[in-house]
Amino acid sequence: MPLALSALIAGILFGLGLAVSQMTNPAKVLAFLDVAGDWDPSLAVVMAGAVTVAVIAFRIAAGRTAPLAGGSFDLPTRRKIDTPLVMGAMVFGVGWGLAGLCPGPALTALLSGQRKAFLFVGAMLAGMVVYKFMSRERPVDG
Amino acid sequence: MENFTPLSALVGGLLIGLGAAVLLLGGGRIAGISGIVGGMIKRPGGDHLWRACFVVGLLIGAGAYAAFAPDRFVVQFDATAGTVAAAGLIVGYGTQLGHGCTSGHGVCGLGRLSLRSVVATLLFMATAMITVFIARHMMGAL
Repeated sequence: MPLALSALIAGILFGLGLAVSQMTNPAKVLAFLDVAGDWDPSLAVVMAGAVTVAVIAFRIAAGRTAPLAGGSFDLPTRRKIDTPLVMGAMVFGVGWGLAGLCPGPALTALLSGQRKAFLFVGAMLAGMVVYKFMSRERPVDG
Repeated sequence: MENFTPLSALVGGLLIGLGAAVLLLGGGRIAGISGIVGGMIKRPGGDHLWRACFVVGLLIGAGAYAAFAPDRFVVQFDATAGTVAAAGLIVGYGTQLGHGCTSGHGVCGLGRLSLRSVVATLLFMATAMITVFIARHMMGAL
């Protein structure tokens, strides 16, 4: 199975899962993040289900030398808990909490045709570009 | 907890995990949306095809569900346009700095039992919950 086909099928399953679990709805995600309000634990169940399957997949991958598409497994190599990781995660959380959107559901929100969805994705891409130019000025961290 | 939807959350979560499993075992790649999208900005030329295929698949999967069950595909924004734009910018920058988001660190990273991802996930969950708490219960906004 070629890499592009794997990615297409993976994307379809992923997008279907986001929609079925209603994680495509920012209001639903905010209801999980609002622990002091009318708390909706659904997102925790979504994570538990997804992580369980992922754990099994990574165990299978650990016993293989190459993916079905050939080539090699392209996995993260960083190990250190460094400042960019801590700062980046904390900054991302603030943005996630402000609108209820993380990158995956931001892309699927475009399907609703709403102006705010395009506004979010446009700003998100701009934020990525800003990082790219700022990170160029200092040595690559890994 | 009247909004809690455990069954659809579990089914959706398993589908998301399955998507990550297909990309890992089929293509040898990590299903992290911010990494997949950010990689198209970061590196000109090269491996854009599989990234684009994943994003297109994501839209097909969510779009198919939206066509099948339009009343269940709700994208409700509570935040104002200005907040949405700021949130997008913050999410874009933060995910690149921290090398991952809810899918990359939250699903795949936890799935491969990465300590970096455990730390990142706890941090972005915490700052997202604090942000929602301040916005909803202290400022009375949203």
